[in-house]
Amino acid sequence: MPLEPAITDLEQLKNHPAIAKLVAWNPAAVEAAKFDRDEISIYVERSLIREACVLLRDDADCPFNYLADVTCVDWFPSEPRFEVVYHLLSIPKKERVRLKVRLEGSSPALDSITQVWPSANYFEREVYDLFGVRFAGHPYLRRLLMPEDWEGHPLRKDYPVEGYR
Amino acid sequence: MAHLSPAPALEPGQDRTMILNMGPHHPSTHGGLRLILEIDGENIVRIMPDIGYLHTGIEKTCEAKFYQQVVPLTDRIDYLCPLTNNLCYVLAVEKLLGLEIPPKAQWMRVMLNELTRINSHLVWLGTHALDIGAMTVFLYCFREREDILRLFEMVSGQRMMTSYFRIGGLALEPPLGFFERVRDFARRFPANVDEYENLLTGNPIWGMRTKGVARITAEDAVALGASGPTLRGSGVDFDLRRDMPYSGYENFKFKVPVSQDGDVFARYTCRVAEMRESIAMVQQALDGMPQGPIKAVAPKVILPDREMMKTQMEALIYHFKIITEGFAVPAGEVYQAVESPRGEMGYYVVSDGTAKPYRVHMRAACLANLQVLPSMCEGRLLADVVAAIGSIDIVLGEIDR
Repeated sequence: MPLEPAITDLEQLKNHPAIAKLVAWNPAAVEAAKFDRDEISIYVERSLIREACVLLRDDADCPFNYLADVTCVDWFPSEPRFEVVYHLLSIPKKERVRLKVRLEGSSPALDSITQVWPSANYFEREVYDLFGVRFAGHPYLRRLLMPEDWEGHPLRKDYPVEGYR
Repeated sequence: MAHLSPAPALEPGQDRTMILNMGPHHPSTHGGLRLILEIDGENIVRIMPDIGYLHTGIEKTCEAKFYQQVVPLTDRIDYLCPLTNNLCYVLAVEKLLGLEIPPKAQWMRVMLNELTRINSHLVWLGTHALDIGAMTVFLYCFREREDILRLFEMVSGQRMMTSYFRIGGLALEPPLGFFERVRDFARRFPANVDEYENLLTGNPIWGMRTKGVARITAEDAVALGASGPTLRGSGVDFDLRRDMPYSGYENFKFKVPVSQDGDVFARYTCRVAEMRESIAMVQQALDGMPQGPIKAVAPKVILPDREMMKTQMEALIYHFKIITEGFAVPAGEVYQAVESPRGEMGYYVVSDGTAKPYRVHMRAACLANLQVLPSMCEGRLLADVVAAIGSIDIVLGEIDR
């Protein structure tokens, strides 16, 4: 199966049910989209991520009712530096969709989705712990894996592999 | 991880309650899990897991390694099912590369994955029963587990840290006599499962300790991110092997055990039934094992055979280049999920077009399953916590990574 080139044109992708749903709700919600290796990624406007998640979760045709994962990618030194990545799964329809939110490097923050899926609790704490991204409205935003008094966020690209000496 | 903070992370909410610390060194926490419990007499008021004791920074380490060097690291995440982790990672990288895997390699992968599932469930069953007080089952389970570990040693040279799957196929041809040994095991094993069930399923003490204990509803299980037998024990009929097949699982016939009760006993019956399905799939794989190569045709990605290296100049060059500078993977990102013995194991691999992964993230099934624990235990008895921990089958290596 040779690799097909990625489709990044929003016009071509607007028939995808998740994108159509989001665009019909608020055209400003979808910044961009990408279809690559049979996987769909949607870049969502930062301030609308919680509402977008509620919309996709409660969709009657294809409810993305399961939050599989939340993680982050650090694109240091380019800006916007961070990409918070959400993997949603529809258990009834057996579909996946990836949502992404771009964040600037200085004091990255966005809304927590723990009210939408309680499972986001640990996932967001892990992202906060390892990347230093703050989630507004999280019930207990403290370090998850590293000790409480740890300095720095280890998965940032400017954090040395061997740690600070 | 709150163990360095001066005050306990949980303060007593009212006068009559007390804080009890459980773990990280407690025999039933299966690794380094610490639970901070607020109890009112024998009843749990609140429960807060504290994790991170086994954090090794594997995700950071992956970013400093070549793609092929990450495979042995994946063994060490969930040390009870190394082959499942190998599979998930190599599938993700193969998807990034666009590689086609020959059928024999796919069938071998499925067969070994089902043996891994049995292996993992045997450790779970033995330790879970031991936690609750049924000592005998442990020795029975480890007897069969030893057989499986010998099979792994035969095929990969290692009992636990196998690293047998490689990007593009398998590391080696299975040795002579391997399939006969697996066939022998597959013939014996259903009777062994009957033995375990004789000891536990109808046992009234086992029933009292497990039935109606640590209930979780289907809605809560989905909202809290549970997966695998923890989800299916609550009546959600979802299995990635059947519903989103990978690595040739669509060629196999199997039933997905589901139970509606949502308690410890329901999760127990799901896993025991899964062991029976898995051994039937091993039998199917043995009967239908295709012939042919075990590696894809991609000389720039897959190490050549030793024999070719000694006779062909190109093979020697490719070998040298793969070892010294790795291979470039086209830029992109992939999320690959497989059904591990514990639930949805996912690898999110981001490539920037170089020979080292830009980001590798593991979606740990246990991390999400652990979030279900407080809703299972709060308002119930302290003694049921041990049964609940065992029933969600956590591996702390996977949670902490």
